[in-house]
Amino acid sequence: MPSAELRIRLPLLLLVFAVAASPAAAAQPLDPHPRPGLDAVTLDRLVDPETRDETIASLVEGTDVRALPLLRALLEGNLYRGPPVLLDRQGTLEDALTGAPAQVDRDQLEQVTINNRVRKTLERAVAALSLLQGTPAERLEAAHVLQENPSAEVLPAVQKALAAESSGEVRETLRATVAMLALASPDAGQRLTAVEELRKAHAKRQLMQRLEVEQDPAVLAALREAVRDVDLALQRAAMVGLAFSGLSLGSILLLAALGLAITFGLMGVINMAHGELLMVGAYATWLVQAAFRGTRHFDWYLLAALPASFLAAALVGALLEITVVRKLYGRPLETLLATWGASLLIIQAVRVAFGAQNVEVSNPSWMSGGVTLLPDLVLPWNRIVILLFSAGVLLGVWLLLTRTRLGLLVRAVTQDRQRAAGLGVRTPRVDLLAFAIGSGIAGLGGCALSQIGNVGPELGQGFIVDSFMVVVLGGVGQLAGTTIAAASLGVVNKLLEPWAGAVMAKIVVLVFVILFIQRRPQGLFALRGRALEEG
Amino acid sequence: MSTASVALQPTVVEPASPGRRLYPRPVWTIILAVYAVLAIGMPVLHLLVPAGSALHVSDYTVTLAGKILCYATVALAMDLVWGYTGILSLGHGLFFALGGYAMGMYLMRAIGRDGVYGDPVLPDFMVFLDWKELPWYWTGSNHLLQQALLVVLVPGLLAFVFGWFAFRSRIRGVYFSIITQALTYAAMLLFFRNQTGFGGNNGFTDFKRILGFPLASPRTRVVLLVLSATLLLSVLVACRALVLSKVGRVLTAIRDAEDRVRFCGYDPVSFKLFVWTLSAAICGIAGALYVPQVGIINPSEMSPANSVEIAIAVALGGRGTLLGPILGAALLHGAKSVLTVAFPELWLFVLGLMFILVTRWLPRGVLGLFWREDRT
Repeated sequence: MPSAELRIRLPLLLLVFAVAASPAAAAQPLDPHPRPGLDAVTLDRLVDPETRDETIASLVEGTDVRALPLLRALLEGNLYRGPPVLLDRQGTLEDALTGAPAQVDRDQLEQVTINNRVRKTLERAVAALSLLQGTPAERLEAAHVLQENPSAEVLPAVQKALAAESSGEVRETLRATVAMLALASPDAGQRLTAVEELRKAHAKRQLMQRLEVEQDPAVLAALREAVRDVDLALQRAAMVGLAFSGLSLGSILLLAALGLAITFGLMGVINMAHGELLMVGAYATWLVQAAFRGTRHFDWYLLAALPASFLAAALVGALLEITVVRKLYGRPLETLLATWGASLLIIQAVRVAFGAQNVEVSNPSWMSGGVTLLPDLVLPWNRIVILLFSAGVLLGVWLLLTRTRLGLLVRAVTQDRQRAAGLGVRTPRVDLLAFAIGSGIAGLGGCALSQIGNVGPELGQGFIVDSFMVVVLGGVGQLAGTTIAAASLGVVNKLLEPWAGAVMAKIVVLVFVILFIQRRPQGLFALRGRALEEG
Repeated sequence: MSTASVALQPTVVEPASPGRRLYPRPVWTIILAVYAVLAIGMPVLHLLVPAGSALHVSDYTVTLAGKILCYATVALAMDLVWGYTGILSLGHGLFFALGGYAMGMYLMRAIGRDGVYGDPVLPDFMVFLDWKELPWYWTGSNHLLQQALLVVLVPGLLAFVFGWFAFRSRIRGVYFSIITQALTYAAMLLFFRNQTGFGGNNGFTDFKRILGFPLASPRTRVVLLVLSATLLLSVLVACRALVLSKVGRVLTAIRDAEDRVRFCGYDPVSFKLFVWTLSAAICGIAGALYVPQVGIINPSEMSPANSVEIAIAVALGGRGTLLGPILGAALLHGAKSVLTVAFPELWLFVLGLMFILVTRWLPRGVLGLFWREDRT
């Protein structure tokens, strides 16, 4: 699927180009016969300011690709007045016409300068001619330059390029470019077709620009309708984008809260060091990544990082269970304080071992970039992967709890510890395993978090309040509740953000949860109603 | 007195004097001795002994003592709700900070024209934000009396409203703790914003004077120290009287078996609400005395970690003893001020271990090691 592949990489490439595009000539390979066939008259006319404009226009009209390096050199100020006209080609001077190296004292050269108006024309000309050669990405970049800065004079060149274009992605962009250029055409029929094309391409800005100067009533009506349509489409795109970022935040909250749903929700152990288990998982990912760095398999380090982060966090969790949690069974408030102490120890230990600064975890290449749904709507791959990953972890936890022997034992011990013990279940071992698994899931969450945010010793601190809110809101002991609570907290947070700002949105959500819990202390999904004195 | 009535009624030894009712004589001696050292000894050594002398008490020590006294008052307030009523608050730092902010508002206004921008009315941070006038909630903040009222009213009111909702819904145990933590966390985020109008990240600082007395002068410092010590002593006496009263018995009963108390016909909500609000107001006063002594108040005082530290100070000293939390706060903050300077890397390890060791092996705190209060 070459086109899908392209779509994925596109934003990255565009980014690279945005940086590298201005000195585009530098990226051109050196060819031995630079400008065969270009005649001296054209060159002289190009250097002469009087005849420059028409020369550029005729070059574009004739779609003479051979003129491209010269035009570029002129654009970048690398052209020097002759005779002979000289061209600075990456630091070495040569004859602009023959490409023969020239030994001239630079101090005596006079640069061919251009003003801003010519610069615009030249940029367009270079872009129009670039459409006919280079890689698809370069052609795409050229098309974008033309879209930014449209003018009817390059229309024939673009139409010719469109006819010759092979890549679907570039064709689409070119078609929109043609429409944009055609919008300025004197023929009303052509303008109407252009409006239709632009409506499809959601080119609101171009439509609006034309709306201001358009005289023809038919075209005017079409323009108005098109703008309205595009507005609607953009709004829909914004909604989709909002929903996506909400779900994405929700999936992160879910990963942070799923482990807690086991340790706190099922076992009733309040573990304030849960956030630090996320942090341990993130650091494990970082270590694995560092081990893979420089090898051919770097792109697949996450496959090794997943079990590593799970095990690291599960190990720390098991240690915590044995040394602290187990000893304070039935004393939730003391457990809370002791695990808080443990969290301080873990944070400080990580700080001493790896430094207080954030460490850098890079995405594997297949996770960078995103899916472009619309020009204004890019869904980043790392967020999509994490969304799917959290769904997978959720499924795994659900299967573990409902379909395995261990899950059965955990549920039995949770529901009636004494009877379970009486039936021969080794409850301390079940506790240890369940706690370790809950911690390990936090580690997986940390691994996911390392792909989208900073990894530092305080990583977990920001999550502890949020993840407890998720578990409490969702109802203790309820996976479904936890999931829905995480997703809705994420979406509500993101919905509030546009008009309240990120911080206020968070505050509003916290206050909302506090109020909600007052109304329904058992959370969204109450499981047990018989317990009189809990906690 | 029949045997039946002895079984039903707790034996209460009628005290000989009002003072004896609260503490036995040796304990009173210790309390008053400590008070005398702090409120008389330290001021004399600070003001009258020349700086070069070995007996001189430095500025730093006076400020540190004042700070610890404020923390100890907060710990006392915490003991009232946690040690006696069984409500573990992880948000007491919020009430402390609110009291501090109410006081800080007055101190900011008292800077007057001496600020960096020299604006007669607006505090520096507002000038910096290009605000033209004071927000409405700053009205009258140049009067110490009004702000002193707010020091009690704002934390008290917030605690009352929050507690009314929470206790009525029978939220208790760790759920209540988590929600209080979320509350202080939300408040911290709110105060971090510049638009909230309390100086954002930096909070209030650069105070110059209080009621016209320069804050940097040794006399003002000593007065604040004496006030802090007196506040602690009065709060201790008041709390002791409260926990020994009938209300105190009900509070302890709520801690031990809330449902049974309800079934006996008491309404736990009003008792809890009362002690919760009282505790918050005490924290507010402590915060108000804390701010002029340390010279700064910012939103980090509301961070969840600070509130948890209050709880561990109480646990360290000994819950449900009133004297223990004072000792705990002194130990914790004494150790903190020494260690964060001498071994900054080590402090979090010590603090973390303190949490674990105290909860595992010292359920009755340091005080419980050598003093066991007689309970009926």
